[in-house]
Amino acid sequence: MVIDKVKKVNEAEKSNVRNEKAADMMIGKWVKCDACKEIIYKEELHANLSVCPNCGKHFRLSARRRIKQIADEGTFKEIGKDILTTDPLEFKGYMKKVEGLREKTKIDEAVKCGTCEIEGEKAVLGVMDGNFLMGSMGKAVGERITLAIETAIKKKLPLIMFCVSGGARMQEGIISLMQMAKTSSAIANLNKAGLLYISVLTDPTTGGVTASFASLGDIILAEPKALIGFAGPRVIEQTIKQKLPEGFQRSEFLLEHGFIDKIVERKDMKETIAELIRLHTK
Amino acid sequence: MAKTTAWEKVQLARQLERPKALDYINNLFDEFIELHGDRNFADDKSIVGGIATLDGKPVTVIGEQKGKNAKENLERNFGMPNPEGYRKALRLMKQAEKFNRPIITFIDTPGAYPGLGAEERGQGEAIARNIMEMSQLEVPIICIVIGEGSSGGALAIGVGDKIVMLENSIYSILSPEGFASILYKDSSKAKEAAEDMKATAEDLKKFGIIDDIIKEPKDGVQNDFDKVIKEIKKYLIKNIDELEKIPKKKLAEQRYQKFRNM
Repeated sequence: MVIDKVKKVNEAEKSNVRNEKAADMMIGKWVKCDACKEIIYKEELHANLSVCPNCGKHFRLSARRRIKQIADEGTFKEIGKDILTTDPLEFKGYMKKVEGLREKTKIDEAVKCGTCEIEGEKAVLGVMDGNFLMGSMGKAVGERITLAIETAIKKKLPLIMFCVSGGARMQEGIISLMQMAKTSSAIANLNKAGLLYISVLTDPTTGGVTASFASLGDIILAEPKALIGFAGPRVIEQTIKQKLPEGFQRSEFLLEHGFIDKIVERKDMKETIAELIRLHTK
Repeated sequence: MAKTTAWEKVQLARQLERPKALDYINNLFDEFIELHGDRNFADDKSIVGGIATLDGKPVTVIGEQKGKNAKENLERNFGMPNPEGYRKALRLMKQAEKFNRPIITFIDTPGAYPGLGAEERGQGEAIARNIMEMSQLEVPIICIVIGEGSSGGALAIGVGDKIVMLENSIYSILSPEGFASILYKDSSKAKEAAEDMKATAEDLKKFGIIDDIIKEPKDGVQNDFDKVIKEIKKYLIKNIDELEKIPKKKLAEQRYQKFRNM
């Protein structure tokens, strides 16, 4: 079946067929699941919350799609949108790269935060976006997240953070490292205010984000099979000079080792979060 | 005299003969009782800590401890802590808060250990918790970068009211080698990375990340260690005295604002 689809795609590519159906088969409309190798029609994938209908693999989501899945329609109001990338090190090519990405992805930074409703429950929602420099945290990301936390404190709302990140953003050097302190200190204030913080770890959550706000939730959820860790697998393999065991640093591994509360499939995520919020407002 | 380049500073910061945390602890304080273990898993020898007296006054000290030779470095894991090291540090810092002792930390690490066990025991969580808890402690905290301050592994004992660097120490998001390997796809470009990262004491002072720089003798601390010790001691006494005058709640609030503005 997979082979058939590939054949079809190839044929469609080769021949200059003009009818709509054939055009639909153009390669851009299909994606291959890198877990089960199934070729999936993109629209079918998106209709299924970007989860492979064949094997259940959770594809990475843009912030835009994630917000659509979690926030009630029309309720998301962005905060901190005017906080944009800065270049403290004057690092060669950095701003050019950022501008190119903005142009290409229509995303302005690696996190989008806002107030919203989730099944009618008011909350502050922060969603990282792996399409923007691997979701890395520089000053703008740290600022936006801190502003979101402070908004939650001010409005006495629960905070929900969807994490996906390669870690601190290298191009902003030590300033990026300090965002770990900034965001974590803000979480301490949220705790003092007695407000709920749910952190959701998605594929991949690593480095400085794991070593700051991502690991500090009152409740930490994760999507199935997400890579979650401090050091990246390649770095660990180089250090210990061994291949890592299958499933190392995946959600299931973290659950087993006691670092997350629950693995939640994408189809159940909104409902689970809404229920947890309700349990904290009664 | 030619200015010491960033790469030369990296070399100085890493010199085997450069004094390590315990050298500072043993020379700055009249007394030092080392305390061990995180009460959970193990005693991590890459972080040392305990109670000391500074000019007669009890303080809690914590330091990332590198070795001065291969044998010591094996024992100290090259100054790369595991989660239990950070948890020991946190335990001692909480203890300091309970008994109203100021905290002094000595930062000197190539980074938190990227090992299998470290991941199994929650390296990320350990660092995150330390950073969060340190921001709230209601006692003065002074952090001194004495050699290499690299990544979250340094920050995990680096959230303080005063952050100070020795003149030839470096403080960065990652080692220059790691930085070069990620951004230039070539770890041999570490020299170039060291410059581009802007990780010297002078750079960090300019960024407003650190408060003060402590001068070093020519070619590094070890060439006149007594002088550096005197300098640091004077600095500690003066600043702890000033920080202790600030009401406790305000001290923590001020620390929050300090990092909020970075």
